[in-house]
Amino acid sequence: MQYAVRAGDIDRGGSASAQIKAELSRAGVDAVTARRAGIISFEGEMNLMVYAHDGGTITVTVEADAVTIEVKDLGPGIEDIDLAMTPGYSTAPDWATDLGFGAGMGLINIQKNSDLFEIHSHIGEGTTIISRIDRDGGRKGGSQEGS
Amino acid sequence: MKLTEIVERLSLEVFTLTAEAEMEVTGGYCGDLLSHVLASASPGNLWITIQNHVNVVAVAQVVGLSAVVMTDGRRPDKASLERAQATGISLLGSSESSFEISGQLCRLLADTR
Repeated sequence: MQYAVRAGDIDRGGSASAQIKAELSRAGVDAVTARRAGIISFEGEMNLMVYAHDGGTITVTVEADAVTIEVKDLGPGIEDIDLAMTPGYSTAPDWATDLGFGAGMGLINIQKNSDLFEIHSHIGEGTTIISRIDRDGGRKGGSQEGS
Repeated sequence: MKLTEIVERLSLEVFTLTAEAEMEVTGGYCGDLLSHVLASASPGNLWITIQNHVNVVAVAQVVGLSAVVMTDGRRPDKASLERAQATGISLLGSSESSFEISGQLCRLLADTR
């Protein structure tokens, strides 16, 4: 499943992630996994909407033992990933914080709900986040790789 | 306690009420930062907030909340009302503050435990 998210498209905000959760439930994915996928997708969708120049894509792959979500954009890229991963740190503009975005928790929420979490970002090239959720109903704890 | 009973006891205004209004409310979460709601609210919770835009409906769907209560007299905008109707999310309102509604809900749920 692939979903396109446009930059600044507030009125459609959350529609991709809500759809992803519903599709996964329909495909027989258990409720805990579908909910975690929904949260990861929502945070990814908000990042594309608020920060990415031209929006981006969310790609969801369902396998027998895992659900993988890839959130990809083509820029601007994150200068300092460690800083972006710091709880409470945000560069969200005022219009976004007024709406309750930009709590500085987005990437952390994505990592917390992933069993495998990768973030790759380069200035001028863009950001790709890959989140894998094991469909074992339990949590093994996430791991992080960056570049 | 069922959502319909909470609506009555807290005198909440009903913007949308779905078939799932007969489900049991598992507790509440109060806050206006969407990521904190995603991180901390549990399925079946009632979410108390001053946010009233369409992304609120998506958060409610993703978390599996029982309903959203918009406080301080805030009302859903057109887009959120339409999305809530289409997706079966209950949207409620109150002229009271988040503090007041949270306090009342806490007492109500504690009394029934």
